[in-house]
Amino acid sequence: MIPEIGEFSLILSFCFSILLAIIPMVGTIIKNELWMNYGQTMAKGQFFFILISFICLGYSFAIDDFSVTYVANHSNSLLPTQYKLSAIWGGHEGSLLLWVFILSGWTLAVSIFSKNLPLDMLARVLSVMGMIAIGFILFLLLTSSPFERYLPRFPADGADLNPLLQDFGLIVHPPMLYMGYVGFSVAFAFAIAALLSGRLDSAWARWSRPWTNVAWAFLAMGITLGSWWAYYELGWGGWWFWDPVENASLMPWLVGTALVHSLAATEKRGVFKSWTLLLAIFAFSLSLLGTFLVRSGVLTSVHAFASDPERGLFILILLAITIGGSLTLFAIKAPNVQSESRFSWLSRETFLLINNVFLTVMAMTVLLGTLYPLLLDSLGAGKISVGPPYFNAVFVPIMSLMAIGLGISISVRWRDTSLDRIIEALWKPALASILIGIAFPFIYGSGFDFSVFLGISISLWIILTISLEFIGKFKHAESIFTKLKQLPMSYYGMMLAHLGVAVVAIGITLVSVYSEERDIRMVAGDKVSLAGYEFEFKGTQQVQGANYTADRGQLIVRDGDNVITTLNPEKRHYSVKNNMMTEADIDQGFFRDLYVAMGEPLDDGAWAVRVHYKPFVRWLWYGGTLMALGGLVTVTDKRYRKKTSLSTKNEATHA
Amino acid sequence: MTPKRKKRLYIILALVFGTGIAVGLTMYALNQNINLFYSTSQVADGEAPVGTRIRVGGMVVKNSIKRSKDSLQVSFGITDYGKPITVSFTGILPDLFREEQGIIAQGKMDNQGIFQADEVLAKHDENYMPPEIAESMKKKAGTE
Repeated sequence: MIPEIGEFSLILSFCFSILLAIIPMVGTIIKNELWMNYGQTMAKGQFFFILISFICLGYSFAIDDFSVTYVANHSNSLLPTQYKLSAIWGGHEGSLLLWVFILSGWTLAVSIFSKNLPLDMLARVLSVMGMIAIGFILFLLLTSSPFERYLPRFPADGADLNPLLQDFGLIVHPPMLYMGYVGFSVAFAFAIAALLSGRLDSAWARWSRPWTNVAWAFLAMGITLGSWWAYYELGWGGWWFWDPVENASLMPWLVGTALVHSLAATEKRGVFKSWTLLLAIFAFSLSLLGTFLVRSGVLTSVHAFASDPERGLFILILLAITIGGSLTLFAIKAPNVQSESRFSWLSRETFLLINNVFLTVMAMTVLLGTLYPLLLDSLGAGKISVGPPYFNAVFVPIMSLMAIGLGISISVRWRDTSLDRIIEALWKPALASILIGIAFPFIYGSGFDFSVFLGISISLWIILTISLEFIGKFKHAESIFTKLKQLPMSYYGMMLAHLGVAVVAIGITLVSVYSEERDIRMVAGDKVSLAGYEFEFKGTQQVQGANYTADRGQLIVRDGDNVITTLNPEKRHYSVKNNMMTEADIDQGFFRDLYVAMGEPLDDGAWAVRVHYKPFVRWLWYGGTLMALGGLVTVTDKRYRKKTSLSTKNEATHA
Repeated sequence: MTPKRKKRLYIILALVFGTGIAVGLTMYALNQNINLFYSTSQVADGEAPVGTRIRVGGMVVKNSIKRSKDSLQVSFGITDYGKPITVSFTGILPDLFREEQGIIAQGKMDNQGIFQADEVLAKHDENYMPPEIAESMKKKAGTE
């Protein structure tokens, strides 16, 4: 009964999304306020019924209703309850339901928090989001309903959730990532609404900015969590694999980053308008492409699911409609868009433009590397794969240049700045970061290393320039405290996010260059040293988990004579699916991680053991978190909650 | 040519030049770093180049896994149900590696006709078969 209610309310929410797509939009055309207002009610209805649907699926998981195919395939009566619930998004159907649920959540949020938006704008935005919802709910209903029953005879117990996914990381990573992916639908809807209404001023940018920043922040957090999860759960200590699916989340993030910056220029100076629109369209299209790549099974990837081509085709059609439709609209409407101001070569606008060019080039090269194998294959030119060296070769130079530009742009003013002023402000941090960059590999490592020099220099460059800029704000301030309060929250957000970039860069550099690892065969009593630490293997013992048995190893870690910690990596055997799983154990630290994982058992009680020394690896995730935090902080800026006084003024100049 | 047009021409030339360099570098990086996929039959027939990094995929042959006594060296056969080849690998195999499981190995052919893998990939999902393997096996079935 419950699954049928779930399916039924999904159908109801589909009806709501049709109304949501049509009525407010028609309202804007016939200028009927009542119809325009309808959108908010419809958004609530749509959210409510998807919520019910979501709860129904959760309930079916909780009570082990294995007559539901999706539950039977992704759960088991022995599975711990928290994983039963997170198993909702452990497979294709459920994660799509999550996708749609989050979409309706964003729609609801827009309808609630956009009271200061003009009614017609809000009506258009909600209507576009309704159209997206139509596509995806239809996709769910037609090809991938999670409520289908195993009839007439259903299995007595479920096939269990993939052990890799039975982890805290899976509970939080997909929802965060989807919040980001789907969040770009709001930026997209704002862009389409702007094109439809021809209203594209700084007020529009101000409405659109907080939504974009939040979506961007969630995506940053989602990617960070994914990297962290892969690091400890996939078992082998890597934190980024340039896997097609990782790329699928990185591309919208890169374009989203460009969008966040170009929106800033559009709001402050009224420039790059059509470019901003284009970025908003691309950010969301790349999110859809990401969904397609993950869900269609066209790529060889650790994330790929066994799936049927019908689903891939459906998303491809959705993608084609979205990109084709919005670009056509763009081509018709965008030529009318005019810039409101001019700027010289040496201005913040120029640097934001450079930032945008770098970010989009980066996104394009990632796209090329990801799709090139597909392209060649469809042309019948053979099967290939593009390896990490390609991505590293293009990523490092582009990102280095961008980081240098970041530091400069901080001290460049809007509109125009004199070269002398820039040189005066920047020569000291430039010199300091180069000198420390040269010295660092000698002090920390054993000799000069160009990668370390580059990474440390550009990170320091960012840190020094933003710190100096921040301190400079207080030069003429009467009291530090009042100045601290005066500075807008969006300024703090920007500082945090840029600091995050530097922290990530330090992490990437040091963990890439100074990591050490060894794979060895160990029997009880064997010792191995790595990076000044000594690991002693004490053998293994059998332990019993909730739904698995495990061999738990014991390794004592010493630094000289001091025992630092005892690590207990496990080799788990999940009986339902007859799966082996490596559970690494990590001694975490601010400056280094010690990472131990057990491979397979060998003869005579020996084990294959992998030990890692990972300096500064955590800085990757600290930095990612700082970026996400920065994005969220900007939203608390008072400016975004101002009533329409400013926007009416803008309206007057644009009428 | 008016100065304004001249300026515009320079900008366009700079853009074309810049894009050209970017595309050129990208294609170069791409060409250096792509790995061609071969089926085991192709490799056994000597179609794969020796000493170039390639990918080979197939099912792990039953009872073919041999481990070294004192190191992590392991060798096993993989097949697309046409001709099998022997793969040698030193290190830790992935959790989903087992007999009759589809895997992809990356590495180089040596002179003895043994594939020296530096990476072995098995997938998350045991129902899932990498498209490359599925296709090369389908082809095999079609020719027989």
